[in-house]
Amino acid sequence: MRVPLSWLSDFVTLDADARAIAEALDRLGLEVEALDAPGAEITGVTVARILEVRPHPNADKLQLCDIEFGGGTTTVVCGAPNVAGGMVVAYAPSGATLPGGFKLERRKIRGEVSDGMLCSARELGLGDDHDGILPLTDSAELGADVRDVLGLHDVVFDLSVTPNRSDAMSVVGVARDLAAHFGVPLRVPEPSVDVSGDADDITVVVDAPDRAPRFTARRIGVTMGPSPEWMQRRLTLAGMRPISNVVDVTNYVMLELGQPSHAFDLDRLRGPGLVVRLANEGETLTTLDAVERKLRPTDLLICDADRRPQAIAGIMGGAEAEVHAGTTGIVLEVAYFSPMGISMTSKRLGLRSEASARFERGVDPNGVLRASDRVVELLTEVAGAPVGPPAIDEYPAPVERERIRVRPARVAAILGVEIDGDRVRESLRPLGIAVEEIAGTDEAGDDDPFVAVAPTYRPDLVREIDIVEEVGRRIGLDSIPRTLPHTTGQRGGLTNRQRARRRVADVLVGLGLSEAYSLPLIAEADVTRVGRTLGDTVRATNALRAEEPILRPAILPGLLKSTAHNAGQGLTDLALFEFGHVFAAPPRQQLLPVEHDHLAVVMTGTVRRAPVEPDRPIDVYDAVDALDALIEELKLSRAETRTADHPGFVPGRAASIVIDNAVIGAVGEIDPSVLDAFGAPRPAVGFELHLDPLLEGERRDLAFAPLSRFPAAAMDLAFVLDESVPARAVLTTLRATGGDLVEDVRVFDEFRSEALGAGRRSLTIALRFRAADRTLTDAELTKVWQRCIDAVVKVHHAELRS
Amino acid sequence: MDLSELDLDAARAAIAAADTLDELGDLRKRYVGKGGLAHKIRESIKTVDAAERPVVGKAVTEYTKAVEAALDDREADVAPAGPTEAPLDLTLGGHGRRRGHLHLVTQAQRELEDVFVSLGYMVAEGPEVEDDWHNFEALNFPPGHPARAMQDTLYVDLGEPEQVLLRTHTSPVQIRLMESQPPPIYAVIPGRTYRNETVDARHSAVFHQIEGLAVDRGLTFGDLAGTLETFTSAYFGKKLTSRLLPSFFPFTEPSAEFAITCAFCDGSGCRVCSNTGWIELGGCGMIDPNVFAAVGIDPEEYSGFAFGFGIERMPMLRYGVEPIKTFFDNDSRFLSRY
Repeated sequence: MRVPLSWLSDFVTLDADARAIAEALDRLGLEVEALDAPGAEITGVTVARILEVRPHPNADKLQLCDIEFGGGTTTVVCGAPNVAGGMVVAYAPSGATLPGGFKLERRKIRGEVSDGMLCSARELGLGDDHDGILPLTDSAELGADVRDVLGLHDVVFDLSVTPNRSDAMSVVGVARDLAAHFGVPLRVPEPSVDVSGDADDITVVVDAPDRAPRFTARRIGVTMGPSPEWMQRRLTLAGMRPISNVVDVTNYVMLELGQPSHAFDLDRLRGPGLVVRLANEGETLTTLDAVERKLRPTDLLICDADRRPQAIAGIMGGAEAEVHAGTTGIVLEVAYFSPMGISMTSKRLGLRSEASARFERGVDPNGVLRASDRVVELLTEVAGAPVGPPAIDEYPAPVERERIRVRPARVAAILGVEIDGDRVRESLRPLGIAVEEIAGTDEAGDDDPFVAVAPTYRPDLVREIDIVEEVGRRIGLDSIPRTLPHTTGQRGGLTNRQRARRRVADVLVGLGLSEAYSLPLIAEADVTRVGRTLGDTVRATNALRAEEPILRPAILPGLLKSTAHNAGQGLTDLALFEFGHVFAAPPRQQLLPVEHDHLAVVMTGTVRRAPVEPDRPIDVYDAVDALDALIEELKLSRAETRTADHPGFVPGRAASIVIDNAVIGAVGEIDPSVLDAFGAPRPAVGFELHLDPLLEGERRDLAFAPLSRFPAAAMDLAFVLDESVPARAVLTTLRATGGDLVEDVRVFDEFRSEALGAGRRSLTIALRFRAADRTLTDAELTKVWQRCIDAVVKVHHAELRS
Repeated sequence: MDLSELDLDAARAAIAAADTLDELGDLRKRYVGKGGLAHKIRESIKTVDAAERPVVGKAVTEYTKAVEAALDDREADVAPAGPTEAPLDLTLGGHGRRRGHLHLVTQAQRELEDVFVSLGYMVAEGPEVEDDWHNFEALNFPPGHPARAMQDTLYVDLGEPEQVLLRTHTSPVQIRLMESQPPPIYAVIPGRTYRNETVDARHSAVFHQIEGLAVDRGLTFGDLAGTLETFTSAYFGKKLTSRLLPSFFPFTEPSAEFAITCAFCDGSGCRVCSNTGWIELGGCGMIDPNVFAAVGIDPEEYSGFAFGFGIERMPMLRYGVEPIKTFFDNDSRFLSRY
């Protein structure tokens, strides 16, 4: 909502400069997005008239305009569609400056010299309209400074009005808040209109009173023409383009009072009158913007007496009965439509207008007739409207003012201020909120309650809390003293799970991995590329990036895309991890998808060791290391990897991650074909797992056992085994057999050779034995050693290698 | 044999006079080496009376020890400074094991969580896919309400059309918290949120929010304002003033936009605050009674406040990170910078 200061001054006298007014507006909740002084940066732009429009010889979309500008004639190149001979326009010659410090120069455009340019509203800093050249009033003197003609010495407050403040979508509404804030009177004159004759010369039928609770129409004779300069100036400053006196008046009243209205050409209506009804299925209407709209039975239409659609109620008029240069009489419609209905149709059609923005917030149902009178008053002034009949007013169930019981003590308790009942009452009155005392309120005690009667232009005031907010706005939220809650029995902190998750991240960081955040919306191909199916996935139905609708079922695709991005920057030695939610279709009877926290790791390229040692390619054991570090950090007692193939990983080079006997993910070398599909660097290894079973897995017994003071005995054993026997199984057998005497056991060598035979390998295992309570004798050691050998040989069909 | 040959003083003098390791080597040979003086006397010990032998042995041992100590000392003096093994260039820089980095959003989130934990808040989380009830209706966005248009929503192909969606804010977790536990509640809710927006330098379809919720007896708007000042001061490490301007959110009333004095110029105006002296952070307000009604909390007994803002905004302010897409490209140059 763009509000010129000069317009506000019609209704309130403010003894404050523009900056102070802007600050007041901010404090009232009418956020000033911009404080425009459109004339401040404009120099040298003058009024000119287009003499002739000729085609540009080298460009279809450009034209040559010969213009006279008071001091002579010249030619400019122009691409706007609305230029025509006789049009009066703003001309920026070379040397002129426009907002933003833009300085004009004489230059060639596609081979034709353009001596400056003709300006659109946006180029003059007057709102966003850039669809055509801004037409100036015909009476403007050629060569005059456009700042004078357009009133650009004015200041415009560009307000962002929140959805609850329908009243502030009008100059009068903004003036009312300012008057209250500065403690000065608001002056809104009643429109003065003479009427005569019978209203029944047109008919009004409202078939859907719930959607149009109030509907007025009146017949008005008009003489078409441009609107006067002052009106055009204000509309332009407010961001609307002047069109004709009749249209400009309806727009002017909408901006001034917040009440939209629509003028139909009487002669183009079939039957003098209006019918308000819901659309039929399949019905269509071509709107003012020349788009044919397909309608549904939930859309409200304004039709002529023949019931032919002429407007989508409250949103946009139809093309058929649009007022035009030859219009001599209009039917003026001013109504109150149900906000929900307007919102629904406007959203469905994707069609928003200045009118719909106001109706969907809720206009003042009791201000409809006054707006109608104001239109007539102005049409009398600017379109020669003769005295006509009064309006027909269909208002079967007048909207009552909301009566709200207010306890000043409650106001004070919510805001946290000391404020007495009198001050609460006084703060409301300037907003048009009446105060009624409640007779015999003794039983209410100290509450000192009263009834606040809300004006119908404030449909947001319904409950006591709404009044609390108004008081807060009036006293100023910033003037409320800062305090802190007196908490009792509340203890803050992270949960064990949250702390464990932080530790997992910290361990990975310590290992040299950096945390990534990839986008959870991915393409179908990203899913299938890692060997997954789309069957179980969930997707967004209306994503702006329609090619990436899938809610990720895994993090790895996103991480692989990130490695590809880095590879594109020449960065191929990467170690990344990511936490995040993954999604799967819900089971039956459940609405929301299954959502798990996952952790994924990807490492690519080389492990940097040079120059002290040589660099080496990353290998799958780097991924296993990272996994083992997490298991160690979380002190899990029942965590293991089990050799198994998984989609997306090289067959034979992957394993299941198993916690407490449940598979929670996979680790391995990522299949080169997967890497190629993503454009990711080779080689790459990684894992992905469900985070919760990891964080919640069974922990080792951490009860302290005294550290043995007795000597240890180290021993190496070498076995030849089938490839199918996992190393972990051999270690488990050794631990189980050696029992408490085994302090440490690990593989320290693995090799294969022709001598061992195909499918066989040798594992050398280092064992350290120690007893808690004695020095182990040679005899004891020999015995346990032999038991270990026997067990491995028997359980795993191994041979002891001497 | 003549024990007087073991003249310690003479040996010490000779050692003190030697200037090189070679000379000292020669002296070591001469006095205590194989075939040297002490050695010869020990060899000849059998020629001495048995009764004398321990005396001679002791004398030789003491002489040997003393001479070796003198030689060692002098060698240490004469030896060139530094190790005797080949020198290493430590400026090569180690084995190259790198340390990783937490994502900047995680760093900011942890800092914010920690500030609130110190104020007595818990950290709550919730699902990213939500139903209409939790994301909108329970938060006092009735169906068809124009406020829904304030948040461009991404819908999901589950349930009735537009019934299941990617949460547009972390506020549905407020509802889940209040549904699941009685007051008092003091919680912050960090998390990922989604908007169906055109991506530009400062807006992303995916971003992160952190939201605070307090429900207790007697909470006031003054408590909300004080909490905002306390936490922003703790986060930025200096005393900051908050500015609260009336605004509108369906789930709070009164509602406000909150700004703080620019922590980078102390309000005098700089690039970060676009010369306004204020940094707009987010929205806040007192919990709307309709929200309490939706979760079965009596608004006459309890009151509460909520506030929320974008997490990316913090590092964007602090370091000038732009565009916001940078947070999600995972360029390793960016990740390893912070």
